Amino acid sequence: MPHVKCLQCRECKSEYPIEPLNACEFCFGPLEVSYDYDAVAKSVSRKSIESGPNTMWRYHDFLPVEKESAVDISTGFTPLIHAKNLGRQLGLDHLYIKNDSVNPTFSFKDRPVSVTTTKALEFEFEVLACVSTGNLMGSVAAHGAKAGMETMVFYPADLEQGKIQGAAVYGPTMVAVEGTYDQANRFCSELADAHSWAFVNINMRPYYAEGSKTLGYEVAEQLGWKAPDHCVVPGASGELHTKIWKGLEEFQGAGLIDKAKTKMHLAQAEGCAPIVEAFESGNTQVKPVRPRTIAKSLAIGNPAAGPYSLEVLRDTGGTGVFAYENSIIDGIRLLAETEGIFTETAGGVVISSLKRLVKQGKIKKDEVTVAFVTGNGLKTLEAMGDFVAPIETKPDLDTFQTKLSNRRD
Amino acid sequence: MVTKRVKFTFPQELIKEPVIYKLGVDFGIVTNIRRADIRDDMGWVVLELEGESGVVDDGLKWVISTGVRVDPIAGDIIEG
Repeated sequence: MPHVKCLQCRECKSEYPIEPLNACEFCFGPLEVSYDYDAVAKSVSRKSIESGPNTMWRYHDFLPVEKESAVDISTGFTPLIHAKNLGRQLGLDHLYIKNDSVNPTFSFKDRPVSVTTTKALEFEFEVLACVSTGNLMGSVAAHGAKAGMETMVFYPADLEQGKIQGAAVYGPTMVAVEGTYDQANRFCSELADAHSWAFVNINMRPYYAEGSKTLGYEVAEQLGWKAPDHCVVPGASGELHTKIWKGLEEFQGAGLIDKAKTKMHLAQAEGCAPIVEAFESGNTQVKPVRPRTIAKSLAIGNPAAGPYSLEVLRDTGGTGVFAYENSIIDGIRLLAETEGIFTETAGGVVISSLKRLVKQGKIKKDEVTVAFVTGNGLKTLEAMGDFVAPIETKPDLDTFQTKLSNRRD
Repeated sequence: MVTKRVKFTFPQELIKEPVIYKLGVDFGIVTNIRRADIRDDMGWVVLELEGESGVVDDGLKWVISTGVRVDPIAGDIIEG
């Protein structure tokens, strides 16, 4: 942790030592890790990064943990794919898909959880915990197993079996919380106060959030040490959006890339778009909403980083855009049918929102655009509905040929 | 005695209601406001509540019953 200075309040700028804290004692604002960027700039170069491992840990100089103790299940350095087929359909010559659905537990959550688990061991926590409805629980369970920590996964009692099994296989203690979403939310917040556990997205949140920066670093490196003209990022808490931008800014500050002029667009689902609604109405604060979306991984009605995501939108000239609920599955299928990538509903939101941004003239044909696909489609199969219409044939060549001809007509 | 850190979000129609005052007077809860933003169409207040355990819970149930949204200061912590 050679380059970390302190934790700093995002609101009143009060400083705190590096401890498992997430809120300022004065204003209760969120805390963020602050670095000695001069020291970072002196210690890194393109060459030093390129000689690192093919994981997110090649960027350890920008992370708030000791690399020697990294809990690494081979997360990161995921493919950046030049999406020529999808680009042709949308009218974009330089469209790239950052495919983070190929991480070890099939979502980008492995990035923040890898950092958090490492930090939890440094703090000598014995229990790793989270509250989740999907991707996060799988990642925490996997990292807890790798780290040899006792792991507790809390989830709403009405969660789908597939998601529960996807985390339970790693052997954590699974806790089903009864009651409404709000009751579960408040209960788990109190749990974090009552137990000396490393709750990855509560008391460990400042460190957790830092892991997402590595998506920004990777995209810049994979584009040949350049920031893209546009990023289209899915929005839940808003943290991923702010941290990808922080990553690009840090690379710029360290002299690894030229000035980033990236427009940081944020994509939310129509049924849960509090940040986009605030952006469109010109507010600097986010009005909480009740999520009603099929994009469950983006269903955060009271987003913790909402105001900061709004700042990034305005500072970079980005646009907050929502995908209509009935277009999310279309977005999933369009990406699958053009690029062979099956993403979950959050990815459908990104692709549908990308289409809208192009249609609105926000993204031009020759501009370098990166769309972030953050989770695997097999995680949300239930959302796909019954869209398969097979050719039904007897095991007879003539019957099949006739039916095939009919289908093609 | 327990302390709880919470965020109240007021819908437009409740902005003028003295909800925090009543928590003190009717429930005997000590309220300590740390940050707030009140606009024409919405308002939020981040505050600390101190009181007897059951009393703080009763007070929060009453706040929710008025239509004010009560969240942990970190917002929604149940992630996808």
